[in-house]
Amino acid sequence: MSNIATPATATGSVHHGAGHNYLNHAKSLKSWLLTLDHKRIGLMYLVTVSLAFLAGGILALLVRAELIAPGQTIMDAQTYNQIFSLHGIIMVFAFIIPSIPAVMGNFALPMHLGAKDVAFPRLNLASYYIYVLGIAIALAAMLVGNVDTGWTFYTPYSKSVGDSVLLLTFGVFVAGFSSILTGLNFIVTVHKMRAPGLTWNRLPLFVWSIYATSIVQVLATPVIGITMLLLFLERLMGIGIFDPALGGDPVLFQHFFWFYSHPAVYIMILPAFGVISELMATFSRRPVMGYKFVALSSVAIAFLGFLVWGHHMFVSGQSAVSSIIFSLLTYLIGIPTGIKVINWVGTMYKGSVWLRTPMLYALAFLFLFSIGGFTGIMLGVLAVDVHLHDTYFVVAHFHYVMMGGTVIAALGGLHYWWPKMTGKMYNETLGRIGVGLIFVGFNLTFFTQFILGSQGMPRRYYDYLPEFASLHALSTYGSWILAAGLFLVAAYLIASLFRGEKAPANPWGAATLEWTNATSPPDPHNFVRTPIVTRGPYDYHLARELFGNGAGDGDGAAPVPEVRDTTHQSS
Amino acid sequence: MASTTATAHADTHREAHHPPHLQHHFVSSEQQFDAAKMGMWLFLITEILLFSGMFVAYTVYRVWHPEVFVRSAELLDWRLGGLNTLVLLASSFTVALGIHYIQNGDRKGLVVNLILTLLFAATFMVVKYFEYTGKFAHGIFPGEHFHPHEGYEQYNIPYAPQFFSIYFVMTGIHGFHVLVGMGIFVWITLRALKGHFSSEYYTPVELSGLYWHLVDIIWIFLFPLLYLI
Ligand code: HEM
Ligand SMILES: [Cu+2]
Repeated sequence: MSNIATPATATGSVHHGAGHNYLNHAKSLKSWLLTLDHKRIGLMYLVTVSLAFLAGGILALLVRAELIAPGQTIMDAQTYNQIFSLHGIIMVFAFIIPSIPAVMGNFALPMHLGAKDVAFPRLNLASYYIYVLGIAIALAAMLVGNVDTGWTFYTPYSKSVGDSVLLLTFGVFVAGFSSILTGLNFIVTVHKMRAPGLTWNRLPLFVWSIYATSIVQVLATPVIGITMLLLFLERLMGIGIFDPALGGDPVLFQHFFWFYSHPAVYIMILPAFGVISELMATFSRRPVMGYKFVALSSVAIAFLGFLVWGHHMFVSGQSAVSSIIFSLLTYLIGIPTGIKVINWVGTMYKGSVWLRTPMLYALAFLFLFSIGGFTGIMLGVLAVDVHLHDTYFVVAHFHYVMMGGTVIAALGGLHYWWPKMTGKMYNETLGRIGVGLIFVGFNLTFFTQFILGSQGMPRRYYDYLPEFASLHALSTYGSWILAAGLFLVAAYLIASLFRGEKAPANPWGAATLEWTNATSPPDPHNFVRTPIVTRGPYDYHLARELFGNGAGDGDGAAPVPEVRDTTHQSS
Repeated sequence: MASTTATAHADTHREAHHPPHLQHHFVSSEQQFDAAKMGMWLFLITEILLFSGMFVAYTVYRVWHPEVFVRSAELLDWRLGGLNTLVLLASSFTVALGIHYIQNGDRKGLVVNLILTLLFAATFMVVKYFEYTGKFAHGIFPGEHFHPHEGYEQYNIPYAPQFFSIYFVMTGIHGFHVLVGMGIFVWITLRALKGHFSSEYYTPVELSGLYWHLVDIIWIFLFPLLYLI
């Protein structure tokens, strides 16, 4: 087994002793930093992305703290603009875009396919370092400079302010490459690395969603790449493509920007759909209702996502006809999204729901994402958008989608795959308290903002009228509860590494391939023998035998299927 | 799919049959080759999309200011552009020949054609160098540095800077791709000299050939758009 591991591990991996797994088969720092194992790369992303989330979150708390009362509270207006820009840029480019695909996609996707690794392990490692490099450049730029453009870098403002916009856009450009390469790697992996018998309609829905996401990544990211490059050249030598003072057209920038960034919204949310499908199936003990519809709706969303960018520009002076067309196309996206929601609910309805922590996240997702999606359709209505554009309503909407949707799903996925990743069980009671705090805190933080927005509170404002004060204060209290919940989660997950119970191979009685390998954590090569797939992804007959038809008794003491695969002793 | 325990064989025993170029996580050479080829095609699609952003900018400004674009294009020397088109076409041909030779196991044929390709690519860059410096000498720079002088004053018209910005950005990025291609071919040539390729295994040669054809095709679009129409 020469190529899969680093030189340091090549010899060790010949022996498959008991307790030998991908975490402990080589221990040196080098064996981690140079690993070609997709699971280890997934964990490295997990650590990095979590740090980005922590940084972005602290900035969010600062922004909210400033807004707790009218007038200056803890910072001046200029600092405020920089901090919310920093918050947005970190959350979007450093955290949410790589989050689920790079962490859980890397960890689970090859195993879902019964493969030993992604198609291009070296490229995978390179993607990680390119991501780190891009983010480092962007962070350095933001720390030395005074960027206050918001995360959208609209020209001509971004052309004229902030000494380090140049460096920042270059960092975003570099990070974009990482996204392209990861997407490319996953597409090829799904096409070429499937185990024997794993036909397209036997793919887990998580795979479908990552596949659709990857298509968007590959097709949309080059456009932001060239946009950032042009913006870079605009600042460097005033090429006059976007700057009206030089004869350029700033609206062209907006077209370019949203041609990427709207699809990018689906880079952020499609993987979440995949996670939720897995959670719904596993914890309802039932195949996801309408498997084919759910699978293909991911692909449909991916393609429709390319046609709606103009809904960000209703008030930018584009023609009324384009606005109407973009508005109509925007409604269309509601259809495949609605299909998914209906099928998830249907899955639970016909299944027997087992309320463990990951499933609680799935339920929270369903609730919060529905609000986010519905308010998105509202914003797609032309007349409404003219009223709500650039108000707190928009802020609330996208936080419901990105945080209530993607972050909640990511947390659900993390709790779901945690035992497989780390070999440890976390404390279920604390898990439930965590979801509860996050759910309450989140709604308090952001639901108030819908009200603020509909009353006319504009976004990106440092100060506000006294009549908005009480809602703003509530929102800030909410952000503290939310933060408490998130810190609790971080605390018990980290604690579980040291004192958690040892995880069985398949704690949830799930039926996709990653749970059928013999141990948690898995062998360095995933499966000791290549599985041959003979059924669809959510065949719970076996699970029913083990769990009965009931939902488990809900206290976490449900019987655990120890062994699903008997082939683990190899050579 | 749960607990599908049947297996054809223990993969751990397969290294015995593994040819040296076959990476561990692939089952067969075909699987490895197909994956590599598909990856390359996807990468080329992203390259086309990268350029398409600039083509959009070109189209937008051309539609808005057609006269300026026609006049500014007069400034570009279509003979130099045409020469470069021929040079690139020739290099695409030598790459294809090289692949043809290695498919038949002729390593020498491969190396000779790779070197020819490198020479053509270098010629392209030399011509480019003279084109660029010729423009710079007359103050033809992109964007705000555009100050035509010494006989070129009549080109000092509104929106000409846009044309030359687009010209320099597009040909500049294209030229960058040519340089990258040259780097790749140096590497491939060195590997070929070490005997890494055979009629059994020549994936890297074929993939770099694909890349080179793309560089060629993009130029074939750039040339008429910028120099001729
Ligand atoms: C921890 C909870 C969070 C809180 C309390 C929070 C709070 C805020 C606040 C107060 C703003 C400024 C709104 C404005 O005036 O326009 C903002 C902007 C933003 N937030 Fe968050 N946020 C949180 C999490 C997130 C997450 C998870 C994401 C994405 C993954 C995100 C993405 C953004 C973006 C893109 C902006 C816009 C920044 C800009 O206008 O440039 N936020 N957030
Ligand atoms: Cu959008």
